[in-house]
Amino acid sequence: MPDSTVIDYDGLIPNNVGLNEDLRVRKALETWHPGYIDWWKSMGPEGFQDFPVFLRTAIGVGSDGWAKYGFVKMPDYRWGILLAPAVEGRTIPFGAHKGEPAWQEVPGEYRAMLRRLLVIQGDTEPASVEQQRHLGSTAPSLYDMRNLFQVNVEEGRHLWAMVYLLQKYFGRDGREEADDLLRRRSGHQDTPRMLGAFNENTPDWLSFFMFTFFTDRDGKMQLGALAQSGFDPLSRTCRFMLTEEAHHMFVGESGITRVIQRTVEAMKAAGIDDPYEIERIRALGVIDLPTLQKKANLHFSLTLDLFGNEISTNAANAFNSGLKGRYREDKIEDDHQLTSSFYPVLRQRDGAIINEDVPELSALNMRLRDDYVVDANDGLTRWNRLLKTSGVNFQITLPHVAFNRRIGEFNAIHTDTQGNILTNEAWEATKETMLPSTADNEFIISLMQPVREPGQYAGWIAPPRYGIDNMPGDFEYVRMTS
Amino acid sequence: MIDFQTDPTRYRHWKLAFDGPIATLTMDVDPAGGLMDGYELKLNSYDLGVDIELADAVQRLRFEHPEVKTVVLRSGKDGIFCAGANIRMLGQASHGHKVNFCKFTNETRFSIEDASDNSGQRYLAAVAGSAAGGGYELAVTADYIMLIDDRRSSVSLPELPLLAVLPGTGGLTRLTDKRRVRRDRADIFCTTEEGVRGGRAVAWRLVDEVVPPSAWEATVTARALELAERSDRDGVRGVSLTPLNREITDDAVRYPLVQVALNRAGRCATITIQGPADLPGDLRGVHDSGAAFWPLAMARELDDALLHLRLNEPTIGILVFRSAGDPEQVMAADSLLEQYQNDWLVREIRLLLKRVFKRVDMMARSLITLIGPGSCFAGSLAELVFAADRSIMFAGGSNNAATLHLSALNFSAYPMGNGLSRLANRFYGEPETLDTAAGLIGDTLDADTAEANGLVTFAYDEIDWDDEVRLILEERASFSPDALTGLEANLRFAGPETMETRIFGRLTAWQNWIFQRPNAVGETGSLKRYGSGIRPDFNTERV
Repeated sequence: MPDSTVIDYDGLIPNNVGLNEDLRVRKALETWHPGYIDWWKSMGPEGFQDFPVFLRTAIGVGSDGWAKYGFVKMPDYRWGILLAPAVEGRTIPFGAHKGEPAWQEVPGEYRAMLRRLLVIQGDTEPASVEQQRHLGSTAPSLYDMRNLFQVNVEEGRHLWAMVYLLQKYFGRDGREEADDLLRRRSGHQDTPRMLGAFNENTPDWLSFFMFTFFTDRDGKMQLGALAQSGFDPLSRTCRFMLTEEAHHMFVGESGITRVIQRTVEAMKAAGIDDPYEIERIRALGVIDLPTLQKKANLHFSLTLDLFGNEISTNAANAFNSGLKGRYREDKIEDDHQLTSSFYPVLRQRDGAIINEDVPELSALNMRLRDDYVVDANDGLTRWNRLLKTSGVNFQITLPHVAFNRRIGEFNAIHTDTQGNILTNEAWEATKETMLPSTADNEFIISLMQPVREPGQYAGWIAPPRYGIDNMPGDFEYVRMTS
Repeated sequence: MIDFQTDPTRYRHWKLAFDGPIATLTMDVDPAGGLMDGYELKLNSYDLGVDIELADAVQRLRFEHPEVKTVVLRSGKDGIFCAGANIRMLGQASHGHKVNFCKFTNETRFSIEDASDNSGQRYLAAVAGSAAGGGYELAVTADYIMLIDDRRSSVSLPELPLLAVLPGTGGLTRLTDKRRVRRDRADIFCTTEEGVRGGRAVAWRLVDEVVPPSAWEATVTARALELAERSDRDGVRGVSLTPLNREITDDAVRYPLVQVALNRAGRCATITIQGPADLPGDLRGVHDSGAAFWPLAMARELDDALLHLRLNEPTIGILVFRSAGDPEQVMAADSLLEQYQNDWLVREIRLLLKRVFKRVDMMARSLITLIGPGSCFAGSLAELVFAADRSIMFAGGSNNAATLHLSALNFSAYPMGNGLSRLANRFYGEPETLDTAAGLIGDTLDADTAEANGLVTFAYDEIDWDDEVRLILEERASFSPDALTGLEANLRFAGPETMETRIFGRLTAWQNWIFQRPNAVGETGSLKRYGSGIRPDFNTERV
């Protein structure tokens, strides 16, 4: 039994799962490895594969300093298989098998369901790398470029994590699924990624920050729910992934904060008080707050679709089977079986949005989405605090959950951002006041001029307060000169 | 009351579009459009109401659109072709409703294959999205199945792993008999909830072709045109299936040519069919008559009456067929059907009669045909004599004698599900009796001759007739309805098995058994627990 807190860096694939002794899985992963590197080179960050980037790499999975910073060319990044340490005597925390010892092998009856969960989660990881692959060329600073690449390599590692589980526990089917994860392509007509939001383009840096704030937060919720799994290897994998996911959200939250900061500074300097003087504000080369709100509306609503149908048999089955819990299941006080409780679900009934109590087991997607909305709302407070102290009369808010939805209860109706139902005509007439228009997007794109001098930042975004790993302000995070 | 009459202006779940020889039949189920309360028809799942529209569309495509040579079946919803029968509907439906639902949907599936096989109207299933359970069973009725290769869309029969029941519309039998899927692969396919996609679906013959999304629309059109080129369908002017003239009262259902009189106390319905009055003289006249042409009008009315009795009158256990009219006129109608059998419309009418008589065979009711004076059981209409569990002919009344007539159509036009004509089925193992009967074509047969040649069960004279008929009906009404259904279904179909008899006999019998068992419908059974997330508790005993 290998010591699961120590990472073996000797082989091709860094790991703390004893890959050296597990010849079958090691062979499968080593067979998969060249395909992954090919994928990374053709679909990973475009134009920057040969430059050393200041990246962190995990060196231990314990709570004490698991990250090490250093310069590495991305294709040489040490993607590894890292699981959080095993918890002695862990039991299944919820569902019909609650209290039984956590599974170390896949139970036969749940094999297909579990594989599907892994594939859907796994598919999102390379998808976001693909969505973001052109962003390097328009990075507003080397600092931001480095953050982008850090996010990218960690999404790549998350793919490794899922592929390890598929190859170790799911036999030939698992290997085929692992190969397919490299074959699908975000936004490709013939081989799209599985979930809609992961086939959308990420055309600019504002979209990137919004994506990492809103959509990676869905990833955090999903990982949080899978980290509770009765299938222990999945639980341990996701627990470790969560520590990385936190950085992605930091990139989004601090990125938007810096955009807001720059905008209000520029407004002040120009003597503009009214945030709706959009043309004057844009003339300053910064992003006006109403446009930021529209971008938030868009990314929030697209992300809500990732939670699936509010009332879901699949989610009920996954919970009852002990495969996927609720977000922070271990912090919830109830019977953890939910066979007789109810949960309120927002539904669309005869042209009205109403609350309806449904059996809680079937409302787990709704529950996770509710938890997400609370979490996202918390994230907004930093932006709004900044706006308040700056004296600009504007607050960023989340739109109503029924707004701009394509999946779930509200997919057939249009509403405004307050949740008032709109006719088709009213929607068409007003949607560009709530979602970015073509002109809005063109304006944002026009700002996306690369800045590559160390310590310099594009005019639409403020510098960060601290450098990565406490590096000084003019640190060269990506070495394009050497 | 469940009404089987509809038309495209009233469809809630299907859309028909026409482009020359190609028709597109798009399934776009309205979730709020369920036939009953208590369930939503999500993800293109269906209930009887959805299938009634499908059956109507299939029928109208055949009669109203002779120019259509290929029908493309597709979905109006993204990512889903059809999710099959609605599970919550099945969970709450009575056993009788489930059985009749499955029977009707099976008949509709066979009507699609009948159009493909016999009308030159070929079906193409363009599956873009998942086709699960009844959704795949619908696709598999088509001649050719295309599956989009978007790495998501799959075909599946998840009934067993997901619901602990069986595919109920012929899926299992069509896998082995129609698609020729190897049995061990079929076993894997039917126990894998997520189904099969991409290249494996082709390799296992579950579909005929997978097509990438970028080539999808062009390939669908190309395949539809290829199928159309191989069609022998040649009509131009369709015949409009005008609304049936129907009156329903407490104890009767009346159409112009078919009258149903209900005797609830006796649990018996008498169905009286009026023979033709004025027939056209030639093919042009047949076309000009359109839906009013007697064989077509009678078949549509009888079909509707049978379906009405099945779903809305479950306690009526005995159907007594009678007829009234001039047998020479019925024979004249048969002559038209025989003489012009190569005409597309006449072909359709013959095929419709075939399907309606099969519907008679599939009635879970005792069938008694009474051939009295003034009746016109001749040729096609005599099929109701041979479909009956017992037939009784009136012997006597010298100046107004009951007669029976055979036409060539009794020997060729209306095969049963087992592929035999009703006479060949009746005389299974007696080929010489069948030959003798063929020699009687065109003769006016009296009761004694009919009885002597085995064409009726009994011939009774006026002394015995009333009492014997009464006794037969009363005795029949006293038996167990379940046992009678089983007995009749066994005895009606002699001899060989076909895909059709296997589907109706074997699959539905097993399915109907499973539908009764606690593992499916008990309080802790799969259908009751479906969607709750709670696993069913199975009784582990193998029976």
